[in-house]
Amino acid sequence: MFNPGMQSDTNVEVHKYYGGTIIGAAILALVLQAFLHKFGHWSEMIELPLLVTIYFGVSRRNPVSGLLLGAAIGILQDALSHDNPIGLYGIAKTLVGYLASSVGAKIDTEHPISRFGLVFVLFHFHQAVLAITERALLGRPAPIFNLHLFLSSLVSAGFAVLLFALLDRLRKPH
Amino acid sequence: MVDISSRHRPLFLLTTVVFAQVLLLAFQVRHSDRGGQRDVPLVRYWAAALITPIERAGTWTLSKIGGVWTGYVAVRSTRDENVRLRAENDRLKLQNRELETQAAEAQRLVGLANFRQAHPESPMVGAQVIGSSAAMAAAQVIGASADPSSHTMFINRGERDHIRRNMAVITPDGIVGKIVEVFPSTAQVLLIDDKESGVGALFADSRTHGVVKGTGDPEPRMDYVVNDDKVQVGEAIITSGEDRIFPKGLPVGTVVDAKAASPFQVIRVQPAARLDRLEDVLILLTMQEVNFRKAEEPAPANSPATGTSNPQPVPSSPAAKPMVPQP
Repeated sequence: MFNPGMQSDTNVEVHKYYGGTIIGAAILALVLQAFLHKFGHWSEMIELPLLVTIYFGVSRRNPVSGLLLGAAIGILQDALSHDNPIGLYGIAKTLVGYLASSVGAKIDTEHPISRFGLVFVLFHFHQAVLAITERALLGRPAPIFNLHLFLSSLVSAGFAVLLFALLDRLRKPH
Repeated sequence: MVDISSRHRPLFLLTTVVFAQVLLLAFQVRHSDRGGQRDVPLVRYWAAALITPIERAGTWTLSKIGGVWTGYVAVRSTRDENVRLRAENDRLKLQNRELETQAAEAQRLVGLANFRQAHPESPMVGAQVIGSSAAMAAAQVIGASADPSSHTMFINRGERDHIRRNMAVITPDGIVGKIVEVFPSTAQVLLIDDKESGVGALFADSRTHGVVKGTGDPEPRMDYVVNDDKVQVGEAIITSGEDRIFPKGLPVGTVVDAKAASPFQVIRVQPAARLDRLEDVLILLTMQEVNFRKAEEPAPANSPATGTSNPQPVPSSPAAKPMVPQP
């Protein structure tokens, strides 16, 4: 059933990576997020686990692997926080992983501008799912949109362009 | 078995995974609503076991790189000096650095010793800081939460070092937070600026009681202070001991801003400890019940930590719910 190479749209290029790259990048993103957080609140503007979820979802263009990767990263992120029940980030990143891989199969996601736009939109989608889940299931107030989130989405999207170019180097040559 | 065409398989899997996580969330909410002691889920253990060793290695590597970098810069700065004096300069610099290190360490130990003297009544257990009679555990911060909205951090002490939940975490500058999760070799600390955090506190001058609550921003708020109480910007806030976590009299922070509001003032607080630049912390075991019994008894006349000059009654505000210890 699970076949990472499976592709519904045969016209779109599927990128492959060296063994362990995706798992290594996901763990590194979680560790670096924790490290950046240690050095100040400014790092809250960038969410590395989300960027890694989007990047590999878009590159593999496989909704199944995209949503499973998103779920794994999200659940690990929940597990490393104290006040989040496990599943909060899991749900949001599952949906983001699925959406990113679905979108990646339909549009060009290699261009920096399309990457910027995609991350910008998915950042707000991720936040909206988080906020709705928190409000509906946990009864906690959570903002869907505010100035801080808007700035964070711009910073994350800008950073993603650089990060994605770096991650492109980990692809297997054709 | 349900026959699902390959076309709809991803959507089916998505629905299943999301639904499973919704059920998991609902289960956790229901479990916590029962008011029982929250156990650490296995997945948190696994996540901590997976991530914290890497964080620990990263902290070690960074400190080594920092040492190498400092050494390199120091050596480079001597290049332009007079050749005949270079050897002597190098020797003096090394000597100077050694003395600076020793002086800094001595200063740190004096701070810890002062703290220990100021709180002789507070029974503390731990490991290694200031000799065999002392009982505070020093710990190094090895990482923080991967969730930006959760203000927590991981330290390199855990169950094996006798760390337990609800132990107070401090620095000589002020309080930092409390232990919320304990793993075999690491522990998770909830910082006082996390939105789930609350600390029983009082103003050092006016002795007005309140609760310093985290907001998720770098500046927590002092709640439950009525508008009739005058609050000065810059006024010091100390722990009241009512939360059964922190001993009375530890610095919490200073007032940054106070505005009248309904029903209580909105008071922003600058934490005394640099919460965004923590590297080393101290862990105390504050035996809450013993402390509370002590507070109810007449305090000794010369006890410096119990505030005998002006003992305050405990306010009965139902809204004031500082950090409540878990059994």
